[in-house]
Amino acid sequence: MRIDCLLAGVGGQGTVLASKIIAQTAISKHCFARTSETIGMAQRGGCVVSHVRIGDKNCSPAIPQGMADLIIGFEPAEALRNIGFLKPSGQLLVNTRPIIPVTSSLGGISYQVADMIHYLQSTGQQVVFVDGQKLCAAASTTKVLNVIMLGVAIKQELIPFSREGVLQTISENLPAKFLELNKKALEIGYNFQQYL
Amino acid sequence: MKTKLLMGNEAIALGAIRAGVNVVCGYPGTPSTEVLETIAKNRSNDIYVEWSVNEKVALEVAAGAAYTGARTLVTMKQVGLNVASDPLMSLAYIGVKGGMVVLVADDPGPISSQTEQDTRHFARYAHLPVFDPATPEEAYTMIGEAFALSEKYNTPVLFRPTTQVCHACASVETEDERYFNKIAGFIKDPKWVIFPRLSYQNHIKIDANEAKISQDFSVSPYNHISGQGTLGIVGCGVSFTYVTEALATSNTPVKVLKLATPHPFPDKLVLQFLQGLEQVLVVEELDPVVEENLLRLCGKLGLAIQILGKLTKDMPVAGKHSYEIVAAAISKFLGQEQTALSEQTELPPLPVRPPVLCAGCPHRASFYSVKQAMKKAGHKAVFTGDIGCYTLGNAQPLDMVDTCLCMGAGITIAQGLQLAEPDRKQIAFIGDSTFFHTGIPGIINAVYNENDITVIILDNSTTAMTGHQPHPGTGKTMMGNISEKISIENVLKGCGVTFVTKANPLNLAQAAETVTAAVNHKGVSVVIFESPCIAIVKPNAVQEIKETCIGCKKCIKEIGCPAMSAVDDKVTINPHLCYGCQLCGQICPVQAIGGLN
Repeated sequence: MRIDCLLAGVGGQGTVLASKIIAQTAISKHCFARTSETIGMAQRGGCVVSHVRIGDKNCSPAIPQGMADLIIGFEPAEALRNIGFLKPSGQLLVNTRPIIPVTSSLGGISYQVADMIHYLQSTGQQVVFVDGQKLCAAASTTKVLNVIMLGVAIKQELIPFSREGVLQTISENLPAKFLELNKKALEIGYNFQQYL
Repeated sequence: MKTKLLMGNEAIALGAIRAGVNVVCGYPGTPSTEVLETIAKNRSNDIYVEWSVNEKVALEVAAGAAYTGARTLVTMKQVGLNVASDPLMSLAYIGVKGGMVVLVADDPGPISSQTEQDTRHFARYAHLPVFDPATPEEAYTMIGEAFALSEKYNTPVLFRPTTQVCHACASVETEDERYFNKIAGFIKDPKWVIFPRLSYQNHIKIDANEAKISQDFSVSPYNHISGQGTLGIVGCGVSFTYVTEALATSNTPVKVLKLATPHPFPDKLVLQFLQGLEQVLVVEELDPVVEENLLRLCGKLGLAIQILGKLTKDMPVAGKHSYEIVAAAISKFLGQEQTALSEQTELPPLPVRPPVLCAGCPHRASFYSVKQAMKKAGHKAVFTGDIGCYTLGNAQPLDMVDTCLCMGAGITIAQGLQLAEPDRKQIAFIGDSTFFHTGIPGIINAVYNENDITVIILDNSTTAMTGHQPHPGTGKTMMGNISEKISIENVLKGCGVTFVTKANPLNLAQAAETVTAAVNHKGVSVVIFESPCIAIVKPNAVQEIKETCIGCKKCIKEIGCPAMSAVDDKVTINPHLCYGCQLCGQICPVQAIGGLN
């Protein structure tokens, strides 16, 4: 198994944790995994990019431009910002709900979500769009967006794992008190088509 | 043996525990912080861990323990070593008994630092050996080597990972077995007292040891030569992984040296590498330390080999490396054509997300109240900043940080400004942890020299920017104990400050009044703004915009809270980001913002 997967989002969305769940699940399947993050100085609200590289011990910590097999965008502008990393044959999974930065309201570049979605759609690659807010509403919390996105990725076969494999990683590595919630989130993501 | 996904810093921490570390001291600083935290989380009862008040203190506490034969680890970021440089330089002469590793994380980029300084220079300057790991899995075992080397030569050893090693994760095989280091105890001996005569003698000893360590490093398993040809590439630290990846798709014969021990330079191994080469490209982040050493060797031995790197502008002189940068340099070096990436059509405009204070951050209210108070009084004050989350107060629309230099400098820069411009109000901002770190001497200096400045202490009850570490004002220690909280107010009074007041910054009117009174006081005045970081308290009721909103957007324009946005002139508050600090409600001219219940 050899996969390069990039996760992009905004600080506070759980992007880094999602990348660690993917990497740890790969390790449980006896694959070598390497991850790294680019995070700005902001505690919350800044751009966050996680690189997950599975199956090659000799790779560097970050995915080269144009080499990602998959991009999971937790936010449309962040998916677009990192689109240069995607392989021509790569796949995209994007939450269409924007997080509008305060700079857009202070006279900076305005946030044109329709243009962004249109661009992502026209890249010619396989794109899966989900409404993260709607899916989170089904779980009654926005805190599980990351696990919901993993559920969608499993269902669409974007990552080569089963729900059981990911759930095992979660139960072995995350606090037990969130296990039921995460299990529910994974199911909501896996059955995302029901919530359209 | 277990295989687990570990962050570089976690791997180093577990490696240090495996190597029998007894005492661990440090001061938080990105990207080094998680090393000490991971040891605290995984420690057995025989390991002592502390957050010290600053790096100098940390290094001295560890040195004392190392004099007894304890294995000690000190952790800090690169600028922390500047603070700790006084004891470090002397300790290099005095030496240690137990293994002592000084972990200094460098930050190419820089991603989260004031400078792009290179700790490998410090190693050469202080005559100390230094390890430069390439990956988390390598760092796990390398830290054990560092302890062993330290004890072999009775010298402190530097261990220098960079951000892409510290914060990267990898599959790491960890061992359960642990080395137990027995502490012999302190034995009185004149060798522990630094005197000019002793320093002279030890200088000779250090020089001899450097030659021996250079020999050791020439056979270190962390350095190796591969490939062949007349072209050579040296990869140092994480850059070695970019070199490996770039060469994976190349057929041109090339000799590669992986170099993990930049000082003392392993001359013997490097000479072996240089044999038969015509050109060498050096791939190292930060400064051309290895490149200059290669030039020295070539000069010394009269070798006609061309050395390319930063000095020849074949590699960038600043910033962090990436695969793209290294692959482009290697393609040029090997005379290969670079495969162009497929052309991308132009992206729609993307909004920027600059680092800003969190929604609900009390610093926003502190800055805004000072700004309002000065505006009302008509003062054109200068606002000196310091190191912490509150450096982000420089962003628009707050724009409340006019200077920022290094830890603790806000107070002292204000003093200098005041001397030159006595009629201008000088207001210094400093956080609680930074106050304990290096703020106190500045306060004493200002009181002693009868300076007229106002200091605003932003006390959010934690070391927020590095991820919420405790400090003397919180009373929590890394051993799980609760010690007596050190009161900032009492410290200030003890330092002779006569005007000290406390206020809650989230009560805007009262906060501004307090600031006005402090600024009007002649001499050193201090306002302690007490309000905890939002990350350590539960949020209040989320705020919402009522129908009476007139759309003036004063709330957004004045404080720039990231939870607020205006779409088509309609102001909204993102309920997932709002912490209910209620600052916006105090700014709204028509009381159109209130709590959601």
